[in-house]
Amino acid sequence: MNPYNYLYVSALLFTIGAVGVVVRRNAIVVFMCVELMLNAANLTLVTFSRINGTLDGQVVAFFTMVVAACEVVVGLAIIVTIYRSRRSASVDDASLLKR
Amino acid sequence: MLTIQTPEAVMFWFLAPLAVISAIGMLLVKKAVHSALLLAWVMITLAIFYIAQDALFLGIVQIVVYTGAVMMLFLFILMLVGVDASDSLTETIRGLRPIAITAALGFGGLLVSLIGRATLGREAAGLVDANSEGNVQALAKLLFSTYVWPFEVVSALLITAALGAMVLAHHQRSVPRATQREQAIARFRGASLGSAAGLPNPGVFARHNAVDVPALLPDGSAAPNSISATLKARGDMLESTQFELSEVDNTVTEEK
Repeated sequence: MNPYNYLYVSALLFTIGAVGVVVRRNAIVVFMCVELMLNAANLTLVTFSRINGTLDGQVVAFFTMVVAACEVVVGLAIIVTIYRSRRSASVDDASLLKR
Repeated sequence: MLTIQTPEAVMFWFLAPLAVISAIGMLLVKKAVHSALLLAWVMITLAIFYIAQDALFLGIVQIVVYTGAVMMLFLFILMLVGVDASDSLTETIRGLRPIAITAALGFGGLLVSLIGRATLGREAAGLVDANSEGNVQALAKLLFSTYVWPFEVVSALLITAALGAMVLAHHQRSVPRATQREQAIARFRGASLGSAAGLPNPGVFARHNAVDVPALLPDGSAAPNSISATLKARGDMLESTQFELSEVDNTVTEEK
């Protein structure tokens, strides 16, 4: 086995996350799929850090985690605000600008 | 030069399919809570991968931050929004699902074939040298020398995110809150003076004083407004009549 196998897993997880963002309708599940994509990217960074023998990839993965945490805080606050005014967490219901 | 031991290979071939299957299951299950649990499992798997790849610090942070804080935040919001608000899996945009799956197959195939063809041009190095003085120490050295500026910017980002969440959660009253004086006036000028002195307390005193039993009026009938409207709507209300004198077992048992 070589470390490149981790990259395949990461590519698969990223693709699955992307499908989830497009297919699922619940805003919270869509958000979880975005988290899955971020995690897949982190796995790539950690694997490349190991392949290259430097720790820079791990530092960047650490920054990604911080940014993901910020994103979760703000995103969930937005979802709760939308839910409070529209009583729904479905991404299809927030289409007021269309009409 | 990097050599991968057999235990890691076994771990990889056991956990990687599980992670991918859980991620696919995340898309297929109907309830958002089940999606969240499957995602938590995928994140734990990734933490194990990190630790196996000599990223000890990131593995622990992954468990603490992701499966600990972020997933709990997700579950908290799910409970707030309503657990039974299950996702309808019917597609609202016609033909979206086949297009999405085709695009995903194309994209995934492209990525996998690219990784398969790409070569780094040299052997994988491994982190034995970089981690020689400890993973956390080496990371800290990098973080506070080369990456000190991004580190400061990220701290600003965290503060901004916290402020943003506070602004979003702030709820402005559309009607000013009624003062005590206004509440008193409203009570006395209301439909009946009966409630001016406050509503009767629930419970049949000396027999049963729980909040789910209506009080008795002087004529022996139950006072419906002594019970919270919520309890009444839920049907969690007991009859006062079962606490009448004739119904209660009066026989005194002697304590030994």
